[in-house]
Amino acid sequence: MSRQAARWVLAALALALLGCAGAPANVPIAAARVASDSAASDAAILHMLQRSTYGPRPGDVARVKALGLAAWLERQLDPARLDDAAVEAALSTLPTLTMSIADLQREYPRPDPETQRKLASGDMSPREMREQYPPERRPARIVAELQTARMLRAVASERQLQEVMVDFWFNHFNVFAAKGEVRWYLTAYERDVIRPQALGRFPDLLRATARHPAMLFYLDNWLSTRPGFAGRGAANPGRRAGLNENYARELMELHTLGVDGGYTQADVTEVARAFTGWTIDRPRQDARFVFRPAMHDLGDKRVLGRPIRAGGERDGDQVLDLLAAHPATARFIAGKIVRRFVADQPPPALVERVAAAYRDTGGDVRAMLRVVFASPEFRAPDAAGAKIKKPSEFVASAARAVGATADARGALALARAAAEIGEGFYEAAPPTGYPDRAEAWVNPGTLLARMNFALSLAEGRVPGVRADLGELVSGADRSQPEVVLQRLLATLLHGQGSEETRAVLTAQLGLPEIRRLTVDDRGPADTDVAKLAALVLGSPEFQRR
Amino acid sequence: VLTRRALLTHGACALAALAGPPRFLVRAAGAAEARGKALVAIFQRGAVDGLSMVVPHGDPAYYAARSTIALGRPRRGDAATALDLDGFFALHPALAPLIPLWDARTLAIVPACGSPDVTRSHFDAQDYMESGTPGVKSTADGWLGRAAGALPADGATPFRSVALGARLPRVMRGDAGALALTSLERFDVRAASQPAVSQRGFESLYREGVRDLLHGTGRETFEAVKMLKSAGAARLTPANGADYPRGRFGESLRQIAQLVRADVGLRIAFADVDGWDTHVGQGADQGQLANRLRDFGAGLAAFARDLGDRLADVVVLTMSEFGRTVGENGNRGTDHGHATAMLVLGGGVRGGRIYGRWPGLAPEQRFEGRDLAVTTDFRTLFHDITTHHLTIPPTTPLFPGWTPPGRSLGLVA
Repeated sequence: MSRQAARWVLAALALALLGCAGAPANVPIAAARVASDSAASDAAILHMLQRSTYGPRPGDVARVKALGLAAWLERQLDPARLDDAAVEAALSTLPTLTMSIADLQREYPRPDPETQRKLASGDMSPREMREQYPPERRPARIVAELQTARMLRAVASERQLQEVMVDFWFNHFNVFAAKGEVRWYLTAYERDVIRPQALGRFPDLLRATARHPAMLFYLDNWLSTRPGFAGRGAANPGRRAGLNENYARELMELHTLGVDGGYTQADVTEVARAFTGWTIDRPRQDARFVFRPAMHDLGDKRVLGRPIRAGGERDGDQVLDLLAAHPATARFIAGKIVRRFVADQPPPALVERVAAAYRDTGGDVRAMLRVVFASPEFRAPDAAGAKIKKPSEFVASAARAVGATADARGALALARAAAEIGEGFYEAAPPTGYPDRAEAWVNPGTLLARMNFALSLAEGRVPGVRADLGELVSGADRSQPEVVLQRLLATLLHGQGSEETRAVLTAQLGLPEIRRLTVDDRGPADTDVAKLAALVLGSPEFQRR
Repeated sequence: VLTRRALLTHGACALAALAGPPRFLVRAAGAAEARGKALVAIFQRGAVDGLSMVVPHGDPAYYAARSTIALGRPRRGDAATALDLDGFFALHPALAPLIPLWDARTLAIVPACGSPDVTRSHFDAQDYMESGTPGVKSTADGWLGRAAGALPADGATPFRSVALGARLPRVMRGDAGALALTSLERFDVRAASQPAVSQRGFESLYREGVRDLLHGTGRETFEAVKMLKSAGAARLTPANGADYPRGRFGESLRQIAQLVRADVGLRIAFADVDGWDTHVGQGADQGQLANRLRDFGAGLAAFARDLGDRLADVVVLTMSEFGRTVGENGNRGTDHGHATAMLVLGGGVRGGRIYGRWPGLAPEQRFEGRDLAVTTDFRTLFHDITTHHLTIPPTTPLFPGWTPPGRSLGLVA
């Protein structure tokens, strides 16, 4: 074992101890800091930043080094203590973020059917329609503000690991903005369910999603009733209602056990029966969770071989407890976390250890992450750059790498850029969310879209995004293109550029378009930093994290 | 410990990229190959209700099972009723633009098609229909990806296999590679000034260096950009007065037609269209499903019209991961079922006919007592088309672990 590796193990041990002890953070941190300060190389810090943040900004590696990697990680794991005032101030310009579901429904109403009918029949012109129903009062505004906020935080929040985990858990418990009422529920879903518990305990997330109107609506459970129910509160009053299996199936397949988790069609039906009556009160006003006993199937149920004694609302809770405690759930969640942070093909031994952390801690997300970050699989030299950035990661990391600042308009433009490369926030229609594998994101069309985004960012063509490339290469003599390139490679790729990439970029320096000559042709006067930076951001290396 | 190399080699397409030669051999044989037959596969994601798309109005159990969402028995001149095909089946009234194609015998229908696997998970069922291996999850590539690999390599172009969309679908994955794109018009390097300089720069970056998934894809990208530009595909306007519906599906078909007409070597195209998961408020002649079908029918009809004579070289195949329950649920919708209807459209199709046995809708005829039974394995249908239309040798294992039936459906002339 090399000396560096030995140090890593020491640091890893310290981290692992931290995870198990659960003691007040400041005591063991001191010990960890000693081990890691000398141990954490720039490469190790860079790798950590690539995986646990939306990519390093200029100077981030040095800042983490000064603080110590372990201490930095502990801060990230305790985001409430990180000052995020700048981002909070920017977010305060987005009024929908703090509104209740009832307020959102009132302020951003659905188009009135009469208006729509008039528009369709030609009784009303599109202009009259716009006047009566201006875009800034339409529900699409809610989703646009959420997309803005998500990108703003990805680019500028100090609570980077939390943002990464918000993205992870939202994707895990995916709901789709364009399905029916979901758009009015999304804000509360992310704000009250996902974000506060992104580094909390998985069973809490599971329970909170199960009762939230966004999930109840998205997977139709709010409509699911005992057979023959026709009472008040049915979706179509006066009509027969019945069982809807959608939530029950996805709950087991995608939220907990995984598709190979050992459940059957009979289990799906039984789970659906257990959740009958879990519905939404006044879905077009405040949309609160309510249990309606009249809709509930009162019979006993049997799930995964275990009896669920009929207990009304408690039936659903018993199912959630059973699923949260199931070993298949621990493995499934561990596998997804390892895929996000380590490799597309999760190393089975690490998945097993992370699953053990799940079982030992009752699904504590921090504990699982500590095992991942301390693992030899995570720090293996080959792990660096093994993951392809998904589109939102690529876009945010590019903005961060050039030290860009984005206002609300800019953040929305960045979110739209990610959508063009294939990943729009809140736009994944299926309950699987977006894939987390390279093959899903790498193909000629989207690669081209990535290069084009790199160009528009470097050329300052993304509205509302300011990137001062001059600042990025400040101090470098711009009449010497080689020096400018060296600086760009150091800042944007942190020395991770391959020989070939360096050679190709160096060859570019000979081009008159890159190396702009003075009129009298006596020597290079300036270097086209934007063109060079775009090439670096669009290079193969920058697509990896 | 997993190395990056090992990681990359896990993907079959990555393997090909590592192997050395480019995934396609560019324009070696020229026009003969460029004018080859093309298959256009359309995936209706979310499980379309086949019983509303192709209405079995002659089955007495149909109306008994669906009190609010059944389509009315065909009545000539009544636009709200189903449109009769053969006295037993009818098309949804929103699919009226397809009737002339049925009458012209270019549209064939397989009303009870699907997977032998019983899963009712969208995710699994789509996965199986795309991998072509029902019940087997470990298959790395997709059946259209394997089909692309089985086509002659001579004269293959970067546009041999194209998916419309930002991500390459599972069904197209494979050693032969495929292109995913959202817009032909925007398929180019766009810079504020001197885009050619940036294009050459990026091109060199991806040409040099290790042969991995990224670099291989980059090389393909620039080959495609250059070819598309010289063929002028993006400038072709719809021919014969074809009027595509607005929206993503219409746009996808319009662009596939451009690729066919520009002779850039398209052999396999894929587009998907979603919004079929009608658990709630499905509607009958009007409503949610009718709106989706209107778009669907108008898009297919515009595509056929746009291609004109070139439709002789093209087969359009529609598919969906499963059908929906025979019975209407409590929310005037339908839940996940089993068999569904698939459409086959093209100049070489023996159309104006229904293929496969009708299993019946009576409760005792249903699969697991609730769903339309599968009488035509989707692989039988797909295999018929790859064999007789794309002329891929029938012994090619496009559907590993499955032996094609001795008799073909006879769907393609």
